[in-house]
Amino acid sequence: MELKTLLTSVAIVGFSAGLVSAQADVTLAVEGEVISTSASAPAFAENLDTVYSGWLFRKLETRSLQMDDFDNPAFVFVDKGIDLFEKVDGTEGKACASCHEDVEDFVGLRPAMPRVEDGTLVTMENLVNECRTERMGAEPWKYSGGQMTAMTALIGLQSRGMSINVAVDGDAAPFFERGKDLYYQRVGQLDMSCSNCHEDNYGVMIRADHLSQGQINGFPAYRLKNAKLNSAHARFKGCMKNIRATPYKEGGDEFKALELYLAARGNGLSVETPSVRN
Amino acid sequence: MDFTRRNILAIGSGAFAVASVAGMPAFASKTDDAIAAFTGGVGVTEGGIDLTAPEIAENGNTVPVAVSAPGAVSIMLLATGNPTPAVATFNFGSLAGSRRGSTRIRLAKTQDVVAIAKMEDGTFRRAGATVKVTIGGCGG
Amino acid sequence: MAKGVKPRVKVPKTAAAGETITIKTLISHKMESGRRKDADGNFIPRSIINRFVVDFNDQNVIDVTLEPAISTNPYFQFDAVVPEAGEFKFTWYDDDGSVYETSKKIKIA
Repeated sequence: MELKTLLTSVAIVGFSAGLVSAQADVTLAVEGEVISTSASAPAFAENLDTVYSGWLFRKLETRSLQMDDFDNPAFVFVDKGIDLFEKVDGTEGKACASCHEDVEDFVGLRPAMPRVEDGTLVTMENLVNECRTERMGAEPWKYSGGQMTAMTALIGLQSRGMSINVAVDGDAAPFFERGKDLYYQRVGQLDMSCSNCHEDNYGVMIRADHLSQGQINGFPAYRLKNAKLNSAHARFKGCMKNIRATPYKEGGDEFKALELYLAARGNGLSVETPSVRN
Repeated sequence: MDFTRRNILAIGSGAFAVASVAGMPAFASKTDDAIAAFTGGVGVTEGGIDLTAPEIAENGNTVPVAVSAPGAVSIMLLATGNPTPAVATFNFGSLAGSRRGSTRIRLAKTQDVVAIAKMEDGTFRRAGATVKVTIGGCGG
Repeated sequence: MAKGVKPRVKVPKTAAAGETITIKTLISHKMESGRRKDADGNFIPRSIINRFVVDFNDQNVIDVTLEPAISTNPYFQFDAVVPEAGEFKFTWYDDDGSVYETSKKIKIA
C-alpha cells in the first residue's frame, strides 16, 4: 500500500478514535449563538473530506473557556483593543474611531482576509498599520505584538460566526499557489511539511498533544501555553521552530501566502476569533 | 550476661535503631510545612470539602480548579509538586455568598493538588486530586 | 506599575435584596513567577499580584492571597450576598506596590 494512503488511513482511524473520545460536547455555542465547527472541505483540498475547527481537538475544559465571553481570557485583550480603537495617536490627532465611527462596521472583513489590493497580498495587520502610518501619522505596531493582536481580535470578533470565504482566483491565484507550495514543502532538520502533521496525521496524538488540522479560523488565538493572544504568523513561526527550520518573517511574503492558502483550506468554517487553544 | 564490647555495641545500636523508628520525626516536606503553618499543627481530616480539577491538564500553564467547603472560614490551595507548594488562600468575608472559589493555576508537572479548609469550628478538612500535566508534541 | 494591567469584572446589574450572586473577575497581569530564566541564565525576579480583595459597601466579601502559581491573567470566580443596593470594590495589590482598582454598582430589583 502506498505510504501516503497508509498514513491517511491511519490518520482516519486515529482521528475517529480521537474524535470519539471528545464526542461529549461537539456544539460550540457562545453567548447563545451556535457556531458551526466543521464544514465540507473545499474542492481543491483533495486529501480532506471535512474541515474541522481546532476547537474540536482540545479538551473539554479548554473548549468551555471559549463558550463564555467572560471565561474566555482573550476578552481582556479585546477590551484593550477597544481602548486602542478610541485612543488618539499620531501626528494627525486622530483615533481609529475618528474615521471608523463604530468598530461594528468591520463586520464581514475578517472572513475575506487576506486579500489582494493593487497586486499586493494584504493581511489585516497590514491594513491596520497602513491606516496608522498613512492616515494617522502614527508609528506602525509590531506585527504580532500586544497592541496589534488586541486590535485584530477586536475586528475579527465583529465577524464571529460568519463563514470564512477568501478569494483564491483571479489576482489571488499566484499567492494561493505559492502558499500551497509552502504548505507541502518539507523544511528544517526534521524535514517536515505542514501537511505531514496537519493533513496526514490530524486527530492523532503527538506525545500528549491532539493534532489539529491547523486551521486558522480562530486567530488571533488565546493560547493557554503563553496566556496571551497569538497571531497566525506567530504560530507559523512557532511551528517552524518546532521542526527546527529557520522561520520565515512574520508579515513577510511567505507567511502571507501561507495565511491565504490556510484561510482557503478553512473556507466554510466559521470565524471563532478570539478563540482559546492550548 | 558477660558484657563484651560486641554485646554492648549490639545493645547500643539496637537501642539507637529503636529510638530512630519511634522518636525521630520524619523529614517534613514543603507541603507539610505550609499546611502546618495554616493549621497551627491541628489535625486535618478528609471530607467536607470538594476540589475540582481536570484529570489531565491541557496545558500546565493554565489549569482551572475550583474548591468548595460549606462552613469554611478560609481555604488554602497547594500544588504539592511545584517548586513552592502554596497557590492561593481564599478568605471568606461577612458578605461571601458561599464558601466556594474558582481560579486558574500553574502546575509544573504531574502532581497532587491539595485543598485545606479551615472550618468555623476550628477544625480542618482536606481534599486532594491528581492532575496529570503533559508535554505537547512539538515542544508546544 | 506593571505594564498594561487591565481589570475586567462581571457583576449582574440587579439582584433581589439578600440574593446570592456569582461574580467573575480577571485582570491582565504577567504574574512573573520568579522561576523563569532570562537569556543569560539568570532568574527573572518575581513580580506578581499577591492579594485580591472584594468589598461591598465597606464590608468584605472575599480576600485572596495569591502565590506565583496563579496563572498569568489571574481569574477568580466566587459568590457574594447582596443585602442592599450599593457598590462592589475590587482591589488587586502588586508586589511592586501598585494597586489596581475597579468598581461595579448593583441595584436592587
